Order: sequence, then C-alpha cells, then structure tokens
Amino acid sequence: MFDIFGYHFMQNAMLAGLLASIACGIIGTYVVSKKIVFISGGIAHASFGGIGLGYFLGISPVLGATGFGLLSAIAMGLTTRRTKLPEDTVIGILWATGMALGAIFISLTPGYTSSLFSYLFGNILTVPDSELLLIFILDVVILGVVVLLYKEFLAVSFDEEYSTVTGMPTEKIYLTMLCLIALTIVVMIRVVGIILVIALLTIPASLARQFTHDMKKMMALSVLFSAIFTFTGLLLSYWLDMASGATIIVAGVVIFALVTAVRKLLSSRGLPSKKM
Amino acid sequence: MEKELEVVKLKDVWAYYNGTPVLQDINLAICERDFLGIIGPNGGGKTTLLKIILGLLKPRRGCVTVLGKDPRESRSQIGYVPQKSFFDKNFPINVWQITLMGLYSQTGLFRRYSREDEKKAEEALERVSMLEYKNRQIGELSGGQQKRAFIARAIASDPKLLLLDEPMESVDPKVQGELYGLLKEFQKEMAIVLVSHDVTAVSIYVDEIACLNRTLVYHGPKEISDEVLEGTYQCPIHLIAHGSIPHRVLKEHQ
Repeated sequence: MFDIFGYHFMQNAMLAGLLASIACGIIGTYVVSKKIVFISGGIAHASFGGIGLGYFLGISPVLGATGFGLLSAIAMGLTTRRTKLPEDTVIGILWATGMALGAIFISLTPGYTSSLFSYLFGNILTVPDSELLLIFILDVVILGVVVLLYKEFLAVSFDEEYSTVTGMPTEKIYLTMLCLIALTIVVMIRVVGIILVIALLTIPASLARQFTHDMKKMMALSVLFSAIFTFTGLLLSYWLDMASGATIIVAGVVIFALVTAVRKLLSSRGLPSKKM
Repeated sequence: MEKELEVVKLKDVWAYYNGTPVLQDINLAICERDFLGIIGPNGGGKTTLLKIILGLLKPRRGCVTVLGKDPRESRSQIGYVPQKSFFDKNFPINVWQITLMGLYSQTGLFRRYSREDEKKAEEALERVSMLEYKNRQIGELSGGQQKRAFIARAIASDPKLLLLDEPMESVDPKVQGELYGLLKEFQKEMAIVLVSHDVTAVSIYVDEIACLNRTLVYHGPKEISDEVLEGTYQCPIHLIAHGSIPHRVLKEHQ
C-alpha cells in the first residue's frame, strides 16, 4: 500500500505539498489575522489573467501568473487605499477583470489548452522538477521577507493607523504583504489551483488560531495543519482517483469542522482549553 | 522663569469632509505640561482635530506645528492612544508586543528592537502597573487593563505630547479615576490632550477645557458655563458637578 512513495511523481507531489504548506501557513496567518481574505481571493482570481497571457505568448503560464498576480496585488492595494471607492467594490471589479482578460487571451490562443483545468483546480500529481525549484525559490523569498519585516507586519496587521503615527511606511509594507500573498498563490497553483487557493490560506491559519495567541506559534501550527491537509488529500485522491486539489480542500474542511466541534464539546463540558 | 515651549500650535485651521467643513478656523496653543480636555458631541470634529495634530490629515487651510515643526517630523515626540474600542480582540498579539510598537520610531525599518528598547517598554509597563501582564494576549484583559497597555505603548518613547482619543470610553468610574491619576503623573513630563464626548469625566481632572463643535471655544480655567456647553452640543446639557457632595444641576428646557 505504501509503495506509492517510491514513485518519482509522488515524491515530487509530497515535496511540492510541503513547500506550499510553508508558504501558505505563514502568509495565511497574516491573511486571517489582518482579515484580508477577500482581497487575497481577488489577487488569486485576477492572476488567471496571467495564466491566459502565458498561453497566448507561449511562455510558462506560472510565470505569467506571477507577473499578473504581483501587478494585481499592487493595483488592488493602491486603488483601495487612494480612491474613495469602497474596498470590496474595487476588489470585485479587479477580480473579474483579471479573469475576463485570462478568458480573452485563451480564446485568442490557437489550439487546445489541455492543462487549463489543472491551473484552476490544481494537479499536484504532475509537478515537474523545474517547478519544484521555482516553488523552493519563492518559499525562500517569502520566508526571507517575513523574517526581515516581522515587526512591521505584526504592527501593520494589528493597528495600521498607529503604525503610521510611529512613522512606519505602512502603505509600502501593506503592498509588500499583498505581493507576498501573490507569490504564495503562485506557489499554490499546482497544489490546489487559483480557485481553491483561498481555502488553504484561511483554513489552516484559523484552525491554528484556536490553539494559540502567539503569532509565531500560529504560523508554525498553520504550516503543520496545511501539510496534514495536503498529505491526507493527496493520498485520498490517489486511492479514490479523485481530483487532488479538491480532495485536499475537502479533507481540510472536514478536519477543521471535526476539530472545532470537538473543542466546542470539550469546552461546553467545562474542560479547560488553555491556549499556548 | 524659562520661556514655556509651545508644544502644539494651530493657526486658522480649516478641515472639510466631503465638502462640508468639520473644523472651522481653529486656533489653539498647547504649552509644556498643559492638560487640556477637548469636549464636544460625536461628529463635532474631535478625532479630525487629533488626526491633524498627528499629521495623519492635512488641513485644507491654516498651519499646524508640533514642537515647532511639521507634525510628521515630530511624530517620534508624540504619544497617541487611539479610541480603538473596536480592535480585533482575538488578534495574536500580547501586551509586550503592543508596547514595543511604541518604540518603532526609535528603532526603524528592518531592525530588531534593541535591549534598550526592551528596557523602555519594561519601564512603561511598570509605570502603568501592567508589567505582570506582559505576556497576556490583549483580548484576555479587562477594558481598563487594555487601556493601560495602550497608554504604555504611547509613553514608551518618552513623548513630549500625549494625545488620547476617548480614553475613558467603556471604562468604569473607579478605573477612570485611576487612569486620570496616571495621567496627572505623566503631566510632569509631557503635555496631555484628551478628547471626549463625556463632559463630566473630563471636567474633574483636566486643567483646561475647550469645547469643539466645528468651532473651538477655549476656556483657560475649568469653569464652564451652560451657554458654552449648549452652544457646543446644541441642546440642553445636564451638568453634574462634583463638590463635597456630588449634585447635579438641570438646566430648564425653554
């Protein structure tokens, strides 16, 4: 039953899942704590424009998504800050614009775009070695920036106005955070795809928050939960022959619901639920 | 006697919100060790005025200086306690990390907080009697303790000016008294401006009062007449005075 781990594609899948969990556990902690889930979903969907552009230009769709994701992150960050339009309106507009552009580019591309589905919903069983390297590099970048800007990210997430008063360049820091979200989404494309990415940015982090009030511990736990979801989903999808991205998400939701329900039950019986 | 330093100076300041003026021709001078209470109804421009002093908002007209400079250049000298009864109570941050935020202006981008910063944060928490709670998550504390934590953050960098936005909101009277006691202590080192819509709480402790409802009416001494209050609030106001026996004077409706 466990000889599947001998396959090269399975080893790549596990490695991709682990690397992706590191990025989404850490960045997901900010997404959940700062309550920027909707803008993150917007960036993820808008980066579909980059996938279409990649097909159209004949370059790697992942590369296209990276550029488009970063661009839409900055566009959303600046328009929500500097115009008087309501934030959710701006996000909604850019979200759809990115997807529409993607659809146009794909319709202009001759031939059959067979792998399109896997960019939308992920296909962790087909990660080429070259992409593992890209995921690894993006992980290093994300981790490096978070280490460098840890106190700034914490301050801006908790109280942006006060951070400005202390002379912090809060807008630049917020935009940097959105760019890291865009990079995390690129890392996650193979694992769950751009449509489902928002689930892995939120479920592990919000589950982690049930156990700790410390941001660093929350990040570590959230990486762990994300890896558990990914491996569980991966194995289930292999054995049951189901779509891997969707299985990972469903596995995550089920585990999240079970843990939350058990905790609720324990606390209603008066058992202590001390946080770390 | 040494000349008193002007900590805040506003000259002919006007501010607008969506085309309607929220502040009209404000003139204000706050000197070292002043303790000024600014009272007025909600929507009267109190928070806008604080934001102008903090340099978060630029006035449409007029001139603002803090310690003789543009407010943004003096930010390291300003301590600020935001209104913030609406911050995320579940946010993964503890009292210690919140206090350290107040030292950012002295630490700067990318750098870690130094040993000296940590000493200052410790002293600030000591002064507000919160050192023993430094590892507690902010949402686990009572309203008064939360306020103390935010005050520690504001004073950690030894500011020359302390601004507080509705500091007594959702805090019971006993704790209010304790907090005012703390502020009286700080007054020896810094000028304090406190903004509130609660007339009675302010009037007991502060040295000077100004009423703000688009225009600012400044009263040097604490005495405050019904006419002034009514002009500010545009309605009859109940004055509750604290003498030897608390009593209240109800103004007749006319």
